[in-house]
Amino acid sequence: MKFVDEFRDNGKAQSLKREIHALAERIGCSPDKPLLLMEFCGGHTHAIFRYGIEQMLPKSIEMVHGPGCPVCVLPMGRVDDCVTLAERPEVIFATFGDAMRVPGSRKSLLQAKAEGADIRMVYSPLDALTLARKNPDREVIFFGLGFETTMPSTALTVLQAEKEGIRNFSLFCNHITTVPTVKAILDSPDMRIDGFLAPGHVSMVIGARPFDFVARDYDRPIVITGFEPLDILQSIWMLLKQFAEGRSEVENQYARIVPPDGNRAALEAISKVFEIREFFEWRGLGSIDHSGVRIRKAYADYDAERKFAVPNLKIADPKSCQCGEVIKGVIKPWECKIFGTACTPETPMGALMVSSEGACAAYFSYGSVSIDELVAKREAGS
Amino acid sequence: MSSVPVTPGRRRRGKLRGETITLSHGAGGKAMHDLIEDLFVSIFDNRELDLLEDQARFDLTSMTTRGDRLAMTTDSYVVDPLFFPGGDIGKLAVTGTVNDLAVSGAVPLWLTCGMIIEEGLAIEELRRVAASMKQAADEAGVRIVTGDTKVVHKGAADKLFINTAGVGVIPAGIEINARRARPGDRIIINGHIGDHGAAIVDARGELAIENSIETDCQPLNSLVETMLAVCPDSHCMRDATRGGLATVLNEFATDSRVALRIDEKALPLRDEVRGICEILGLDPLYLANEGKLVAIVPDECTEAVLAAMQTHPAGTDSRIIGEVTASPAETVLMSTLFGGERIVDLLVGEQLPRIC
Repeated sequence: MKFVDEFRDNGKAQSLKREIHALAERIGCSPDKPLLLMEFCGGHTHAIFRYGIEQMLPKSIEMVHGPGCPVCVLPMGRVDDCVTLAERPEVIFATFGDAMRVPGSRKSLLQAKAEGADIRMVYSPLDALTLARKNPDREVIFFGLGFETTMPSTALTVLQAEKEGIRNFSLFCNHITTVPTVKAILDSPDMRIDGFLAPGHVSMVIGARPFDFVARDYDRPIVITGFEPLDILQSIWMLLKQFAEGRSEVENQYARIVPPDGNRAALEAISKVFEIREFFEWRGLGSIDHSGVRIRKAYADYDAERKFAVPNLKIADPKSCQCGEVIKGVIKPWECKIFGTACTPETPMGALMVSSEGACAAYFSYGSVSIDELVAKREAGS
Repeated sequence: MSSVPVTPGRRRRGKLRGETITLSHGAGGKAMHDLIEDLFVSIFDNRELDLLEDQARFDLTSMTTRGDRLAMTTDSYVVDPLFFPGGDIGKLAVTGTVNDLAVSGAVPLWLTCGMIIEEGLAIEELRRVAASMKQAADEAGVRIVTGDTKVVHKGAADKLFINTAGVGVIPAGIEINARRARPGDRIIINGHIGDHGAAIVDARGELAIENSIETDCQPLNSLVETMLAVCPDSHCMRDATRGGLATVLNEFATDSRVALRIDEKALPLRDEVRGICEILGLDPLYLANEGKLVAIVPDECTEAVLAAMQTHPAGTDSRIIGEVTASPAETVLMSTLFGGERIVDLLVGEQLPRIC
């Protein structure tokens, strides 16, 4: 299949694999003191597991699976708010599919739907606007979530609603931002990451420059990475080249999609509709300053938080969860006390077990570096 | 009291009137009789049903000559939409139950048909569904010998639900079950995976993707007969319906306490189905099929079974997709196209499209 198979070529993968092994040896990292590389984005995590990329890497390189799965990092309190909104009789609550299963403190959206809430799965925020047009006597709330990747389409939908004068549409905004989160990880006291794969689709919107500080201020190499398996292998190879040559730079592996300054039209739509929140709560990471956006006052009519009473309660993560440590690479997913026992994809306790983009769910479902170890762990748990 | 003159001989056949199904069609009175006689009995057209008794009756001796065990199964069909590219709920309701019988090695013989109809369904649609059931039954060589009709209030069901149960006879010497996979056995599938699931996703019309994917809905009993003729000792066989190929493989691995290793390269997958999966973030291993079976056969039979399958119209695209090993027990592993290896686990919940 054109534009797909070229990026999954086994021959090219094998030659990249050989070069990665050679470079790892040259750098001198070892299984006891491995090089820790973080892929920030959940899309990368999913691809790494789906294509079995970790097994192609030497034991001296460890992938740390970052917090870039918007579904995983949604805190319980926000899920509870969604359920409260969705259970209002006048409301049609429109959401992306994979947010349906995220557990709240009382229930998930999937459970609320089963109990009678009118919750519809949509593929685009514009589908939610269509729902609003078709149901003028109902209130349609779109559950906006995701990083800068999904922000432009939500912003444009709000602008479209305003243009058409659609009054029964609003947005429950849970969009989050990448850069403050990367910074929070870099500032964390137990931070051990040596280099980063930066999210390709976020960068398509914001460009490469916002990541300059990672190389400049923290002396860590960072490569903007695409989502096909060869993209990921090539980016790992580019990171290793930087280590071997003693460089810390922002490099753009995904240049076929990512312009250095991002997408101007998308950025304009974002800044027209959204403003930075002082802080936003993350599952597994706690509160991070400036890591979320809300709707500007000018568009207050489209803000579900202003239009309806949203309880906005803070609910603490379950105590046994070690998601934060997994995200920062302090422990591996299977080293968590409750991995595969109290916490499984079926009954997730922690953020990372929720979506197939979460590191723990991916380990549990796909297995990885050590399939034998994983099988043993699962047998012990069952 | 004056006596009413009774016409001797067969009762007059009812005539179904009106354009939509109403609650009266399920009320037990004349409208219901008209529906049953003018629609189901006349379309399904067989001697057991024509008698209009409350049950179908069979001669035991005719069965004992064909095999030494009965197989029985039931399944309910609630697909939305009722009509989709390449098939409809009626065809599905017959082939699905026929296939559940067939993969035990049984020769399917008789089906029942229970209809739960939401009031307001167009009679024309019901006729199309029944005609499609009759056609599928003829193709599979089975008869729909007894049935039931209920009509429920608007909203109490979604247009039409169908339950079919089936009975078949298993020939002596055939022993197919999910516990018989042995290290060294090979895994075969009879064609492209995911066609039905992709056709349904597309037919719901939520995506506005133009394509030509049709359901793979087809009866498998004749194919199974062909396979068993060359390899009566086939170990495992199941049709990969809901939950797709991945689910069946996991069932075999768990029940036989073995590892199943498949090769992504060998999986037959149409470009159109792959395209839909790439766009929506779905995994074709979990997409539903309605005319695909997975068989585990002893190594020495593999080539003969494969050759026999490929000469059958329901198996022209059959392929060997993997093999059975001893460990890691109860696990399905896949060598990826890219050169890695990963576990293929059971799906948790429904397969949901990813955000980004």
